[in-house]
Amino acid sequence: MSQETLQVFIDGVVRYFHHTNDKEVKVGTPYLVENDNPAAYDVTGIIGISGPYRGCVYFTAPRILLKHLLLSIGELDTSNEHIFDLVGEVANTISGNARSRFGHEFMISVPVMIEGAPNQIHLPRQMRSYVIPVYWKAYHAAVVICLEQ
Amino acid sequence: MLSLMIVDDSNIIRRKIERCNDSDKFQVVASAANGAQALQLYNETRPQVVTMDLTMPEMDGIACIQQLMAIDSGLRILVISALSDKATGIEALKKGARGFLCKPFTDEQLLEALTELTED
Repeated sequence: MSQETLQVFIDGVVRYFHHTNDKEVKVGTPYLVENDNPAAYDVTGIIGISGPYRGCVYFTAPRILLKHLLLSIGELDTSNEHIFDLVGEVANTISGNARSRFGHEFMISVPVMIEGAPNQIHLPRQMRSYVIPVYWKAYHAAVVICLEQ
Repeated sequence: MLSLMIVDDSNIIRRKIERCNDSDKFQVVASAANGAQALQLYNETRPQVVTMDLTMPEMDGIACIQQLMAIDSGLRILVISALSDKATGIEALKKGARGFLCKPFTDEQLLEALTELTED
């Protein structure tokens, strides 16, 4: 995967957090992981990708980050339902925004939200994923890109 | 005051749109989680303005816009979606939407887009 492709998703993460009340977000250096040991925090929102690119994009974060993120977008109800909703919406927004670069053939699914790490249904074992570390407030999260062209 | 229906599969986005609406201009009369539910609620509440997500389960936003426009070609629809490519925006406008707001958005951007929609 090219640096340019990864940059599309990095830009998407930064854009998302810039629209919250706590705009300061830092993105770490992306790195590769094997799919049999996927990167994951407490809650994960997964978007399936089809078209010229196939695979998935997911956003994974600890509950505490998501609770604070809800408050930061003005949502006072930090229930579990809204935590799952938010992690899916972040994944959806980052993936959807990528179409400005990849075009309408970059097809995205509705989000699937899970606790913990994606399994082999979501992540083909023969592939590897790029992890983009995300640092917001005192918390760590990640956007993970598992795509083949 | 204009009646407004919000269509989005995310409850937090529906609540965000509801919160930042200018209460002097809009009254939220319906809130739907997908296109099929939106059609049902449209028939019950007949809103004048609709905010419409595109990527939704059961019936997506483009199909819903098409069906709503067949019922009422004067309906004012603002698409609010993360799908940021030009082709999707053009398709939504061709189907009858009058505006497009890309996610993520600020309260100010939403109010501006809704105001533009109703000043046409």
